[in-house]
Amino acid sequence: MDFTLSKEHEMVRTLFKEFAQNEVKPLAQEVDETENFPRETVEKMAKLGFMGIPIPKEYGGQGCDILTYAMCVEELSKVCGTTGVIVSAHTSLCCDPILTFGTEEQKQKYLVPLAKGEKLGAFGLTEPGAGTDAQGQQTKAVLDGDEYVLNGSKIFITNGKEADVYVIFAITGVTTDAKGRSKKTISAFIVEKGTPGFTFGVKEKKMGIRGSSTYELIFQDCRIPKANLLGRDGEGFKIAMHTLDGGRIGIAAQALGLAEGALDNTIAYTKERKQFGKAISAFQNTQFQIADMATKCQAAQYLVYAAARKKDEYQKDHKTVYSVEAAMAKLYAAEVAMEVTTKAVQLHGGYGYTREYDVERMMRDAKITEIYEGTSEVQRMVISAALLK
Amino acid sequence: MKIIVCIKQVPDTKGGVKFNPDGTLNRAAMLTIMNPDDKAGLEAALRLKDQYGAEVTVITMGLPKAEEVLREALAMGADKGILVTDRVLGGADTWATSSTLAGAIRNLDYDLIITGRQAIDGDTAQVGPQISEHLNIPVISYAQKIEIDGDSVIVERQYDDRYHVVKAKMPCLITALAELNAPRYMTPGGIFDAFKADITVWGRANLVDVEDSNLGLKGSPTQIAKASDKVRKGTGEKVNLDADASVEYIVGKLKEKHVI
Repeated sequence: MDFTLSKEHEMVRTLFKEFAQNEVKPLAQEVDETENFPRETVEKMAKLGFMGIPIPKEYGGQGCDILTYAMCVEELSKVCGTTGVIVSAHTSLCCDPILTFGTEEQKQKYLVPLAKGEKLGAFGLTEPGAGTDAQGQQTKAVLDGDEYVLNGSKIFITNGKEADVYVIFAITGVTTDAKGRSKKTISAFIVEKGTPGFTFGVKEKKMGIRGSSTYELIFQDCRIPKANLLGRDGEGFKIAMHTLDGGRIGIAAQALGLAEGALDNTIAYTKERKQFGKAISAFQNTQFQIADMATKCQAAQYLVYAAARKKDEYQKDHKTVYSVEAAMAKLYAAEVAMEVTTKAVQLHGGYGYTREYDVERMMRDAKITEIYEGTSEVQRMVISAALLK
Repeated sequence: MKIIVCIKQVPDTKGGVKFNPDGTLNRAAMLTIMNPDDKAGLEAALRLKDQYGAEVTVITMGLPKAEEVLREALAMGADKGILVTDRVLGGADTWATSSTLAGAIRNLDYDLIITGRQAIDGDTAQVGPQISEHLNIPVISYAQKIEIDGDSVIVERQYDDRYHVVKAKMPCLITALAELNAPRYMTPGGIFDAFKADITVWGRANLVDVEDSNLGLKGSPTQIAKASDKVRKGTGEKVNLDADASVEYIVGKLKEKHVI
């Protein structure tokens, strides 16, 4: 088993690292403080192709693998969790389902500008009553002539108001199973910003990833062309689950980056900070804590990269199943992110609790990775269901 | 237009310089990067390519590992990469290096050759001008701005306190300063393409019109007595005064040092 990265991957990491250090890190604190979406950074990333890394070149992307994409989110998140999730939500949750389930026309019209970064993407599944329980959807889409009429609302939508293209899920019918139980039929749609009847509700005030634009989406008699149905009518649940499997690799990479970033900051800080006449890195407690943090980061990285590699196999054969690997990577990396950032704050002492130091922000950013795109509990459900079937 | 850019893989001196016990550079212990002045030269060539259309060929002399900087240059947008590597070329000083590069360049068509001003490992600033001498073409060194005017280049040549505007007919050679521009980033797709691209590898046999006596260690008249890290500037003196007192203090210091 070979754990070494190819020269290409080593070089691409250098690129992401340089970009993150030069262009993203200097803004991270301000983005958090002001809760402003880093539009200029997104434009810079678009020019370099970061918004379409795993999308084939014929659709405007970079034609790279999922591992490269995961490394991009990882390196960005080492310095700014907000920037990491912007790329992740755009790529995994909007570009990927259009690439996988879209028609050629949909790909040309929507995926090409998304992959080039000319447009930003978002994904709307969650509703006030439908988080983990995706069947709890209330948003409806009714076919009327050549259009679907969409009514309902979506909450906690990443890239909310900043996006141009949205993949939205809605109920298109109700079926009855063999036991007479009714089950909602869910379908996926591509919705453009500016469509009449599509407006934005409140902006969420969040604990972390504060620069990412998290909004409520409201649909009131919003008419979408029938041609914007993504996949077949009733395929929505399958599309959502497939998309979230891929999204989890992105969020796992974000969590990994946050943990590694906190570790880097802690190593530097403990070598400088002096107490009792010596650097606190000279104390065995610090050394042991750092050893544990680094070991967990490394383990998380292996899981994330293994999941990315598995999805790369899927991209080639369209058969390989990577749900469990993605769930394990996300579960573990998110919990490591929370643990490592918390320890990082502890090792920074009082300074770590202030917003002057990055680890304070990283700890707040880390918490969401245990919640969105499937809570840690959902990941455990996915993993155990595969084992106990 | 055809542009050749000479680049060099150098140890990254940002993290400090490491030496072997015998006083030579411990290259194995240091990360390597594309020499910053060369990278600016490459960026200048790529901007000329964007503006006027050009074929950009990058060339480097070094160990087989130096192929990495060629791949990096391709990932930034260069069209072709040539690696000149051969055991007999090892241990070259600036004279043997410039003789080698000129010998390689004689195989190629070009309108413009761009080199960095100097490499951060040797800091000699000799190789670029020497190549122009070997090839018998004009050289403009220390370029801080480059423009094309028909079959000529117009270059701002930097001095400490001024610059000269110099015009030269192509073909000619320009040495670039890191301050010339901010080099572009590679792109992820460009990196993967760069690793698929063919790199031309040349050895001694491919060099044109060069005597063996001008190559490698034997062809190097320079003898290095000792290498040392750059003398770092001290931390200086920090004073914390209000605006008026600061002005008075600075003026006093300038007078004391006979600057004014």
